[in-house]
Amino acid sequence: MKQVKELLHLLEENSHVSRKTIADMMGISEDDVNQLIQELEDKKVIVKYMALVNWEKVEENDHVTAVIDVKVTPKRDVGFDEVAERIYRFPEVKSVYLMSGAYDLSVTIEAPTMKEIAQFVSDKLSTLDSVISTTTHFMLKRYKHDGVVLTDKDDDRRMVVTP
Amino acid sequence: MSSHVQQSSRVQSRSRISKVVSSIPPSGIRKFFDLAASMDDVISLGVGEPDFVTPWNVREAAISALERGYTTYTANSGLPELRREISKYMSQQFNIDYDYDEQVVVTVGASEAIDLALRSIIDPGDEVLVVEPSYVSYVPTVRFTGAVPVIVETTRGTDFKLTARHIEEKVTPKTKAIIFCFPNNPTGSTMTGEELQEIARVIEKHDLIVLSDEIYAELTYSGQHESLAAQTDMYDRTIVINGFSKAFAMTGWRVGYAVGPRDIIQAMTKIHQYTMLCAPIMSQMAAVEALKKGLPEKDRMVESYRHRRNYVVKAFREIGLDCHQPEGAFYAFPSVKATGLTSDEFAEQLIQEEKVAVVPGHVFGAGGEGHIRCSYATSLEQLQEAIKRMGRFVEKHL
Ligand SMILES: Cc1ncc(COP(=O)(O)O)c(C=O)c1O
Repeated sequence: MKQVKELLHLLEENSHVSRKTIADMMGISEDDVNQLIQELEDKKVIVKYMALVNWEKVEENDHVTAVIDVKVTPKRDVGFDEVAERIYRFPEVKSVYLMSGAYDLSVTIEAPTMKEIAQFVSDKLSTLDSVISTTTHFMLKRYKHDGVVLTDKDDDRRMVVTP
Repeated sequence: MSSHVQQSSRVQSRSRISKVVSSIPPSGIRKFFDLAASMDDVISLGVGEPDFVTPWNVREAAISALERGYTTYTANSGLPELRREISKYMSQQFNIDYDYDEQVVVTVGASEAIDLALRSIIDPGDEVLVVEPSYVSYVPTVRFTGAVPVIVETTRGTDFKLTARHIEEKVTPKTKAIIFCFPNNPTGSTMTGEELQEIARVIEKHDLIVLSDEIYAELTYSGQHESLAAQTDMYDRTIVINGFSKAFAMTGWRVGYAVGPRDIIQAMTKIHQYTMLCAPIMSQMAAVEALKKGLPEKDRMVESYRHRRNYVVKAFREIGLDCHQPEGAFYAFPSVKATGLTSDEFAEQLIQEEKVAVVPGHVFGAGGEGHIRCSYATSLEQLQEAIKRMGRFVEKHL
């Protein structure tokens, strides 16, 4: 288990590192790493490999992101799961979390324009039976995402050679 | 202008600088610093400090200390709260108990603690065994006290570990103390409890005082660090030196400490009181936070060094450089003998031809010749690129 966690942390940090380097870093064989990864992929513990993109640096970037607080009435037997599913099936919805506190679902949505997001909220989200209310927050700037600081990189301020 | 020239030559003839200071040669590291600093795009494996910035909670504690107006002197031996934390930490991590009030002194880095310890116990003419390869400050600091440094050389043959035989060969009736560092800079070697117990017997036999520089204690990759002070009969003759620079990535804060027998720590505090007064209060407050809340972050950093250690040692072997497994600190110390180059030639040509900076082993004592110190406290991407370049370089010279 310790080894699995170690491997997952390494991949989470950078999944682009070669299997051999990961094996060397962990002090195990490349075959073992391959096998562990295969198992983790099969079990959907590792779900997907992707790049973290800073869209703000992309010219003609057409990304508007909004976080929407959604209050819903849970349904008998299925609780929040059914309405959550109805929401997360929309491709423009990037994440859906069930939250404690003042509202129930936190929905992140991405679209090319604010207008489209507004439309999505009024046409698709508010009209769902169990949705009581929505509050939409547009995201203005991403400073840090998934543990990675996007704004600037800390330079190495060390002197080049020290004792 | 000409009067200035005249003045300085007059000064020269009167030898304004003391004999001791004049006799100490400039550090061998300087040349490589200048070389590396004069070039662009150098990948440096020559840095003796963490590549992490101090954890945010620790930085935040210092900012908050400043905001609240903590800008004063502290007790000479350090903030009582910090000394209490240090005492607790030593007990929990290394199983040694020290009275926070009389057996702990907070210093301006481990560097000051080394100096204080030597000055507290040395009379001119005493001999001090210095175990090399070692951190560059020991020999000069011993000489500043008027003592005679006697070099004890560890070698690749024993994986740069210190043995009883090494000590027996160099000890004389004049030997007052011995100074060593495990996990070691530059070799990364460590000592197990059993190995320490073996040297403890000789230390006891010759009635030596030990300066045990354990600044890399937390950076130990297999098992727990063993302190010399925890070995049988060693408590009352060992000054343990540690600090925040390495484990908590706090080199610039200048805060360290020594723990040890009451009389010696009190003597050290006496010198510290007159020559330094106290360590900076904001750094001490940051250090409190490091010990109280910084351990998980420290563990995360250690894990990251361990991964890079594993990678880099294997990589050195693959490109044809013999390298023992360093069990601590963040240095690998591969041999370059296979290339037929001296460590100085290797380091100099490597930086000229491939723009990778390493430190030649002889800088850390004659016994380090034939090796280079490579710090792996740098990003994996940089390490990979450095290995690629070094592989190319070695291939040319094999
Ligand atoms: C072995 C050893 N001791 C002491 C020091 C100095 O540490 P500090 O920053 O606490 O003065 C260093 C720093 O490189 C070191 O490598």
